Amino acid sequence: MNASLSTNPSTTALRLSQNIKLYKFHGGVHPPFHKKDSNQKPIEFAGIPERLIVPIHQHIGKTAELVVSVGDKVKKGQLIAEKSDFISAAIHAPTSGKISFIGEHSIPHPSGLTEICAVIDTDGKDDWGDYKLTPIEDPANADYSELLDRIEQAGIVGLGGAVFPTAVKLAGASQQNKNKIKTLIINGAECEPYITCDDRLMQDRSADIVKGIQVIQTLIKPENCQIAIEDNKPEAIAAMRAATADFSDIEVIAIPTIYPSGGEKQLIEILTGKEVRSGGLPIELGLMCSNVGTTYSIYKAIYLGEPLLSRIITVTGNGIQHPQNFEVLIGTPFSHLAQQAGGYTKMAENLIMGGPMMGFAIPDDDVPVIKATNCALFISATSLRESNPAFSNQPTLPCIRCGKCMEVCPVKLLPQQLYWHIRAKDFEKAEDHSLRDCIDCGCCSYVCPSHIPLVDYFRFGKSEIREQKVALEKADLSRQRHEFLLYRKERDKRERDEKRAAHKAALQEKKAAAKPNGANGEQSSSPKADAIKAAMERAKAKKQARTESEQSDAKTKETSSKTNTKANTEEAQ
Amino acid sequence: MKFKTKTSPFFNSSQNINSVMLQVLIALIPGTLTLMYFFGAGIFLNVIISIVFAVSLEIFALIIRKRPLLPFLSDLSAIVTAWLFALTLPPLVPWWIIFVGVFFAIIVAKHLYGGLGYNPFNPAMVGFAVLIVSFPFEMSQWIHPRTFEGLGAYDFGLVEQLGFIFGDQKPAWDAITMATPLDEVKTGLRAGTDYGKVLEGSTYLQTFSQNTWIWSSLAFILGGIWLLYKKVIQWQIPAALLGTLGFISAVFYIFSGDSFASPLFHITSGATILGAFFIATDPVSASTTPIGKLIYGASIGFFIYIIRVWGNYPDAIAFAVLIMNMAVPMIDYYTQPRVFGHKPSFFSSGATQRKQDKKS
Repeated sequence: MNASLSTNPSTTALRLSQNIKLYKFHGGVHPPFHKKDSNQKPIEFAGIPERLIVPIHQHIGKTAELVVSVGDKVKKGQLIAEKSDFISAAIHAPTSGKISFIGEHSIPHPSGLTEICAVIDTDGKDDWGDYKLTPIEDPANADYSELLDRIEQAGIVGLGGAVFPTAVKLAGASQQNKNKIKTLIINGAECEPYITCDDRLMQDRSADIVKGIQVIQTLIKPENCQIAIEDNKPEAIAAMRAATADFSDIEVIAIPTIYPSGGEKQLIEILTGKEVRSGGLPIELGLMCSNVGTTYSIYKAIYLGEPLLSRIITVTGNGIQHPQNFEVLIGTPFSHLAQQAGGYTKMAENLIMGGPMMGFAIPDDDVPVIKATNCALFISATSLRESNPAFSNQPTLPCIRCGKCMEVCPVKLLPQQLYWHIRAKDFEKAEDHSLRDCIDCGCCSYVCPSHIPLVDYFRFGKSEIREQKVALEKADLSRQRHEFLLYRKERDKRERDEKRAAHKAALQEKKAAAKPNGANGEQSSSPKADAIKAAMERAKAKKQARTESEQSDAKTKETSSKTNTKANTEEAQ
Repeated sequence: MKFKTKTSPFFNSSQNINSVMLQVLIALIPGTLTLMYFFGAGIFLNVIISIVFAVSLEIFALIIRKRPLLPFLSDLSAIVTAWLFALTLPPLVPWWIIFVGVFFAIIVAKHLYGGLGYNPFNPAMVGFAVLIVSFPFEMSQWIHPRTFEGLGAYDFGLVEQLGFIFGDQKPAWDAITMATPLDEVKTGLRAGTDYGKVLEGSTYLQTFSQNTWIWSSLAFILGGIWLLYKKVIQWQIPAALLGTLGFISAVFYIFSGDSFASPLFHITSGATILGAFFIATDPVSASTTPIGKLIYGASIGFFIYIIRVWGNYPDAIAFAVLIMNMAVPMIDYYTQPRVFGHKPSFFSSGATQRKQDKKS
């Protein structure tokens, strides 16, 4: 399949017909892509299920705060949970109905993890009530903050998988004048096998995507805009080229089909030949990436006044009767999606949210789709790694250091060395080999002739290192606190001693003054005046000591709060 | 409905260790056939006997180490080791010598270190090194090649040859063996003879077409190209090894053409080509980073020349490879490629990369 894709003359022609130099990122793989399974039919609405399970934490950042309670009637678009922090996003009721339950429900997670969800018993009326926002008629001339507020209100997050609040990202891009955005990159690469939601979206709603792009352009004012699409999606490329024909500053670029070209940093390397600094952001290079799905939601929020209530999801795999793309309300259970796609086949043995390279398996279909769900892949065990009869008699063998993993790693790591060090739990060495730069793309595991689940080792290594760091920071903090305690004790003791000494000295002085000194008669002042003077000096000393200690107090507090905020931001990331 | 869970990626390419090893075996065929043409069935017998011993010892080791037999036997690694080892043996060498070599290769160098993937040293070369040190006489009895006028091993029947290998009956070594070109040249040059005179006097080296080793080298190059084409090996190690050996020998040859052999001689003699494409490239014991492979290959080429010219043994592939095997962990650590998004640095470890990133 991949061979036919890369040698397809029409795709090569697509690439050659454009007048732009593209670059290559290191490595990458060509897994069987299975795009045709699901991209033949247009997007359909998946319907309103009887019950919607809406988790209130679907984004990166702080959990949203619930503003409804059990028994409340909600209209479509009504706020269920509001943005609770700088990095957070609002959640809305995807349709009208009644809140029947608020509490723990399993969310899409390999372990069947639960989280607070609001369950809506839908009434089927899909009634907006007064909750539809007013469309912004002329976004090009609209106020900057009006547009940004709307995007924030609509609860839009990055739909490419990162689910980072879009308003925060856009605000960051438009404020930083130092890093002026030169190019806006619209990511329509969709390199994961099986997934076609962006492909179909670009085919069916290209004009709306372009409107969304224009909103982003108004906000961040880039010099130009590039829409990058892998050349195994010629229909999507044609549709987007047609839709952007009138805009000289928007260019549709066909990029070679290779996984993981859709990774943000990889896509940037393909288009510009530049590397985003390790731990850095594209904004440093004057670039910003936005997924086509996100761009489409921006269009909906601005032009239609609709918050993010639904998204396009690919329902595919040999476990499903009729693979297809659906527009799905957030909170729809996977089981409902399977029904819409004609029900299960006998081969429905695994459910994967996302693609086969980076997605994760879900143990149960009674979990809801969330803002991050781009694909529901129902697939037989035999088409998957290790269960495949082609290598079922080949269990994981030892690493022979053949270096295939190194050849395909898009970030040029040495997976064979990382594997050694993590197996030996030598995490320091693993960090020396830049483990933190691993993007979990799975290319190394994919090519490994020994079938070693390398990515699992790397995830384990990363989480261990993270835990160690947290532990280290905690230890640091308690050490600081302990040191401060010691210092405080010392200081108090010193102060007491000083006080005592001063008191003693004063007393002695007094005594000495009280003694008759007939020899010279130098004693000019009275004992009373002396006592007053001594008292004033004491007070002065005390005051000084206090201000000193306060200053040092403040210093220690400052450092400890610094570590706290640092820990917080790291957690948020 | 309930589903099974696994971790991503859920896909796997169809590559296996045994498909990799199979390519190595295929690549060894032309060279082996060429050697068989010149030296007779003894070469073939060496290969077969070594493989039988190696597989038996592998089974034995797997059983006492309580490892599953099928996956570890079907990876073909024992057969590759045995075959490579067999190609270093002169024909008609007694069976117990083969056994000792294979024992050290499979049991000591491989399984005592933890089996497939865990051996720091190249098993075939450990086997060979033990033999050349312990049994220098038997290991240097190379019989006349077909191109030599006189009695050669190809004159003996298969049964007769088996008799030499397994029985008490020994051939008249002096009548059928002769020094290899490497030996001849080394002895000649040490005695003070001019290189040109040595060549003139040599029965092997008089004519190009009669030189057994040039033909077998060409055949092994063919195998090496196959491995490169199949991406089983990368170009760095063979290129660096041959380049360095060629360069150093050229420098000395130009400096004093009478007392040093030519680069062509060094590259086509002995096991140079076999070593460059098949032995130094053993992934388990070789360096694994791109720059590391260049350093590793170049160092092997350097040591081959040193040991050949000033050492006591005629050929030096095994010792050069074993010496460099020891340096691999250090080479790998200090030649990590620049990771995506990091500052460029030519010769560095991750630690130095991190320091640089912090500074910037």
